[in-house]
Amino acid sequence: MTTKKAPADTRVVIGMSGGVDSSVAALLLKQQGYEVIGIFMKNWDDTDDSGHCTATEDFEDVRSVCDQIGIPYYSVNFEKQYWDKVFTYFLDEYKKGRTPNPDVMCNKEIKFKAFLEHAKSLGADYLATGHYAQVVERDNGVAMLRGVDNNKDQTYFLNQLTQEQLQQVMFPLGHMEKSEVRKIAEEAGLSTAKKKDSTGICFIGERNFKEFLGEYLPARPGEMQTMGGVKMGKHDGLMYHTIGQRHGLGIGGAGEPWFAVGKDLKRNVLLVEQGFYHDALFSTSLHATDMSICSPKELPETFACTAKFRYRQPDTKVTVQLNGDKAIVTFDEPVRAITPGQAVVLYDGDECLGGGTINEVFKDGKKLTYVG
Amino acid sequence: MKPAIYLDHAATTPMHPAVLETFTAVLQDTFGNPSSTHQFGRPAKKMLEDARKVLASSINASPNEIILTSGGTEADNLAIFGAIQSTKNNGRHIITTKTEHHAVLNPCKQLESQGYKVTYLAPDQNGVVTAQQVQQALTDETILVSVMYGNNEVGTIQPIAEIGQLLKDHQAVFHTDAVQAYSTCTLDVEELQVDYLSVSAHKVNGPKGIGFLYQRNGQQLTSQLLGGGQEKKRRAGTENVPATVAFAKAVSIAQQSAEEKTALYASYKERMAEIFEQQQLDFNPTVAESVPSLSHIYHVSFPGMDVETFLMSLDLEGVAVSSGSACSAGSFEPSHVVTAMFGDESEKARNSIRISFGLGLDLSIVEEAAQRIASVVTRLVK
Repeated sequence: MTTKKAPADTRVVIGMSGGVDSSVAALLLKQQGYEVIGIFMKNWDDTDDSGHCTATEDFEDVRSVCDQIGIPYYSVNFEKQYWDKVFTYFLDEYKKGRTPNPDVMCNKEIKFKAFLEHAKSLGADYLATGHYAQVVERDNGVAMLRGVDNNKDQTYFLNQLTQEQLQQVMFPLGHMEKSEVRKIAEEAGLSTAKKKDSTGICFIGERNFKEFLGEYLPARPGEMQTMGGVKMGKHDGLMYHTIGQRHGLGIGGAGEPWFAVGKDLKRNVLLVEQGFYHDALFSTSLHATDMSICSPKELPETFACTAKFRYRQPDTKVTVQLNGDKAIVTFDEPVRAITPGQAVVLYDGDECLGGGTINEVFKDGKKLTYVG
Repeated sequence: MKPAIYLDHAATTPMHPAVLETFTAVLQDTFGNPSSTHQFGRPAKKMLEDARKVLASSINASPNEIILTSGGTEADNLAIFGAIQSTKNNGRHIITTKTEHHAVLNPCKQLESQGYKVTYLAPDQNGVVTAQQVQQALTDETILVSVMYGNNEVGTIQPIAEIGQLLKDHQAVFHTDAVQAYSTCTLDVEELQVDYLSVSAHKVNGPKGIGFLYQRNGQQLTSQLLGGGQEKKRRAGTENVPATVAFAKAVSIAQQSAEEKTALYASYKERMAEIFEQQQLDFNPTVAESVPSLSHIYHVSFPGMDVETFLMSLDLEGVAVSSGSACSAGSFEPSHVVTAMFGDESEKARNSIRISFGLGLDLSIVEEAAQRIASVVTRLVK
């Protein structure tokens, strides 16, 4: 951004979902004196036979909360972009036997790209969202820090944002605990104060994931086998299973529980082993693609930092070798259930440096072909 | 923020101050039920019937041909369902157009699902359907023809009198939705030879929640609301006396200034076009100048614009116009009228806006609005 303007002369477009977080974020910006415009994004049409559509209710909430705060509101339709850039990718990854992260892609392609462009075309100086992350000024740019609420920190999903995008972004909730956010909403009497947090992937919502996926991809039932080829039963489709998962295998019997450890796409076999700590679940390094560094710091080619391989996982110490948009990430200790398709996100203390997509997984230098 | 300019009079209009005065006076002083036989009911009944006379004469009809409704949508529904139920033994075919308001299209769709056959006439690129098209679609089974007088989105006026003449000796009843035309057109049901005609008060600087359906004497209509015997058993429910009286007031004011307004709005359009040209905008009025159209509607396409961003930017600049319709989640849906005229893939459905004029404007306000529109277009067209 160029020279700082006074809040009253600064136009901020805020993405409003109809939830409590974006409602409070909008309220805070308004209280700070910004010219705030609330915009609801319609990315998915789930209108059912009776004409019911969740976007309608969410937009009703946006409407009522914006009226309470006293800001104009609009709705913008990104269904086509979402389908092309996020949902198509989501299905393609599943077809490849991987476990995609559509929220990362949505932030990259929709919220902080198409929507940011839209905000700018409305003359906005900044785009704000209710994400739990912080943007702070540094000498040579801005840095993205974890949200103060450790349990809510969403930098994992924001890892693909560039330095340029971050400079145009505001996260008004980054320095707050979720409980404070709820309290502010209640004290201000916002109509969304008591609304339940949304769970799961946005376009699936509260629906059954298996059922949803089955509507778009043919499920091919096949065999479950151990790494050694012992038949352990049947699975109902590889896409319904992810590495490290115990749930839904239906293998009973004595001893420790069974876990999915890999997929053999060619033979349509789900690989399973016994025990949470089974050796087949552990790896020591990974290759990442789509690496994007948002930190304003000059990073050396090789550096030590910490990393997350899944949302809400504790950090792991790693060494990173960057090579353009690719990276080799080597773990200090073996890590369980690294899953291709998920994001690897790098941190230096509280700063999120950036991240990429987990593409290949290795153990002691040898590629684990069975994880995808 | 700059003072906002309202250029969406086709959506709804502000109440005329004199109408508001009448409205509140009746609300305050005359609360009686017109069906009551006592001294509280009598003045209410008198006011209601006096108002009905004004409404009737505004379209050259008799008072008993006016059925008061809650607005244009109810009038359209009553005409279509009411007429169909009374004439269904004569056939099961309906003719209408693709550019009707949804208050006509959706009843027709429902009748289709009940086994009626509906012909939707396609307009030309100016939005016009011809009497010849109606003639070609007409069969011995046709029981209803519904063609709107002036289109609410693009403004095209249909050849209603010609179609009326064509249908004079046919069994089909003829309905026209004149909701949008009532504010600026002189409507004469004898000249138009229509059997039914719908209008609404809030498009003519009257209150919301009132409208009427004209029903030609001799036509059979089945009431859709059952209850008391109001409106000669054609529409049950206690009459909305204050709104009806205010409606009549609004109509008499509108009629006094009809010609003047037409000339005024023509000058607004001309001035806007001049400013767009001065600012070197790429723009195309949707309906050709040679085609009869409603004077208060100026539908314009701006190549290179995207309507969603366009409308938001205009609102932020203080210019209220509209385009197509919004879905229940607030996002833009392409207009069925524009796509009927230019095809589903037409850019016009995504880059045009409807500017509409009315009470409270003058040339300098319109000029200011045109300048604001021009600045938004200049900024957004790449």
